[in-house]
Amino acid sequence: MKQSVITGRPWLITDEEGRLIDDIDTDQIYHNAHLAVTDPKEMAKYALGNLKGWEDFPTKVRPGDILFVGENFGAGSSRQHAVDCFLALGIGAIVGKSFGAIYKRNAINSGLPLIEVPEIPLEELRGVEGVAVNLETGEITGPGGRLIVRGKPMSQVALEIYRAGGLLKLAVH
Amino acid sequence: MGKTAIEKIFAAHTEDEVAPGKVIWLKLDVRTARDFAGANVVKRFREAYPDERVADPEKTFFTFDCNAPANTIAYAQNQQTCRVFAREQGIRVYDVDSGIGTHVLLEEGIAVPGATLVGTDSHMNILGAVGAFGQGMGDVDIAFAFRHGRTWFEVPPTMRVRIRGNFEYPVTAKDLTLFLVGKLGARGALGKALEIEGEAVEALDMAGRITLCSMATEMGAISAFLPPSDSLWEFVEGATGRRDFPYPTADPDAEYIQELEFDVAGLKPIIAAPPRPDNVHEVSELEGERVDTVFVGSCTNGRYEDIRTVAEILKGRKVAKGVVLKVAPATRRVWGRLLKEGWLEVLYDAGAVISHAACAGCAQGQLGMTGEGEVQLSTGNRNFPGKQGKGPTYLCSPATAAASALFGKITSPERL
Repeated sequence: MKQSVITGRPWLITDEEGRLIDDIDTDQIYHNAHLAVTDPKEMAKYALGNLKGWEDFPTKVRPGDILFVGENFGAGSSRQHAVDCFLALGIGAIVGKSFGAIYKRNAINSGLPLIEVPEIPLEELRGVEGVAVNLETGEITGPGGRLIVRGKPMSQVALEIYRAGGLLKLAVH
Repeated sequence: MGKTAIEKIFAAHTEDEVAPGKVIWLKLDVRTARDFAGANVVKRFREAYPDERVADPEKTFFTFDCNAPANTIAYAQNQQTCRVFAREQGIRVYDVDSGIGTHVLLEEGIAVPGATLVGTDSHMNILGAVGAFGQGMGDVDIAFAFRHGRTWFEVPPTMRVRIRGNFEYPVTAKDLTLFLVGKLGARGALGKALEIEGEAVEALDMAGRITLCSMATEMGAISAFLPPSDSLWEFVEGATGRRDFPYPTADPDAEYIQELEFDVAGLKPIIAAPPRPDNVHEVSELEGERVDTVFVGSCTNGRYEDIRTVAEILKGRKVAKGVVLKVAPATRRVWGRLLKEGWLEVLYDAGAVISHAACAGCAQGQLGMTGEGEVQLSTGNRNFPGKQGKGPTYLCSPATAAASALFGKITSPERL
């Protein structure tokens, strides 16, 4: 069974002034110029490729890393590529203040865990080497199990889909 | 407790309890895929269900509109991948000659009041214009929907917006829509269903209803629902020969998470400046800014009425020197009517380039992209940075687009 606690290096998707960027849309995550791509390895190269200051993200990220994002992350189009590019990079989970509705579904359906946290305490995350995200409780903890913030637990259906390895592997009665 | 419009549609399509926040299994009347995610839907279906059939080929469609006819080999391949799968499974394809998928679903009477439809288009919620639940989804979701004819859905809370007052041409449905996008902001209705009501809403023609519902996405909403109207029933009867559909109207004691009211008496033409659809201004505030390109079309403003408005303004005139006016009707049917009634000739004479029916710039299709510094006015729905190219894109009504094309600078249609 898949783990319900994900641990990894935190990435804070912030602007030049160090604030979380809100309303990052799917064209900024994965530009429509690459929509014809169907190979996930190729998709990985374009993750955040149209987001100012983050164009080189795919070369810096490591498998297991955890993204912290602002409000309405993944607004805009329905493209699965905007989820798949992160999966291909091995991103372990995305923690955000809120998500675009279609994006949230796409991530859950692909087995990429999402946790919603209304307020993200950036100062407590900066410089932290690793965090743990508990999908069942919504708790995000730092080194030594110190609680950093408590988000919304994933819904039962979302957890079932995640544990099945994605919607397409879910047993349907 | 009473039900909101979306709750009524859901209740008729599930055996589960329908209440905001509950996750239900929703029966889907129609499942579609376009050319952009369609090939991925096929790939996922083949991997997950190698020897299986779609749940019901009669309720499953492909609609090619992003890059139609394909102008890249990659898109041509993706479309062919869908066609081959469609032949194997007995699925109907609305091919590259058809137009924007959501509009085809409306014109063909496939999207009807009370129905549930999903597709790989984030503006599927346009179908709220006929009181249908339309939902854009990714390719995993759609592959599952193709196979099972249903999906999980978290029932959204509903937000009610009352519009007071009325407006007159040259203020149009697009100005009302941009006004609301500005008031609500990109996440004002995030994860919610919208009900938008008021006299001005009931007075909208079908094209106007489509415009308003299409930009629910840009308010963050799952879907927008409007009260039924004569224009709606005429359209539905034209498409299906019937009027006896259960229109989803909220119960009087339905519960709303939020209720807002806006007065639109005296509303002026509105324009959204880069870099976001909710960065709205009165057109008069930005008048005089240079315009290089004007695009008329998209699922938001590609109807016959929208393009005829532009043609009426341009009749007997020429667009300003140096301005390129690009027109892309939403569907082949719209295209044909404009042709046969002479409006395409009017646009040709005014200097427009007229392309076939499809999505155009929003999906880097047949036209509508910009180079760095190229200022574009678009009747579309999104102007995010880099979406249609490096040039700044403004969103406006067809009337504002036409007036601005005439003068080569942002111009309010009130001046005409």
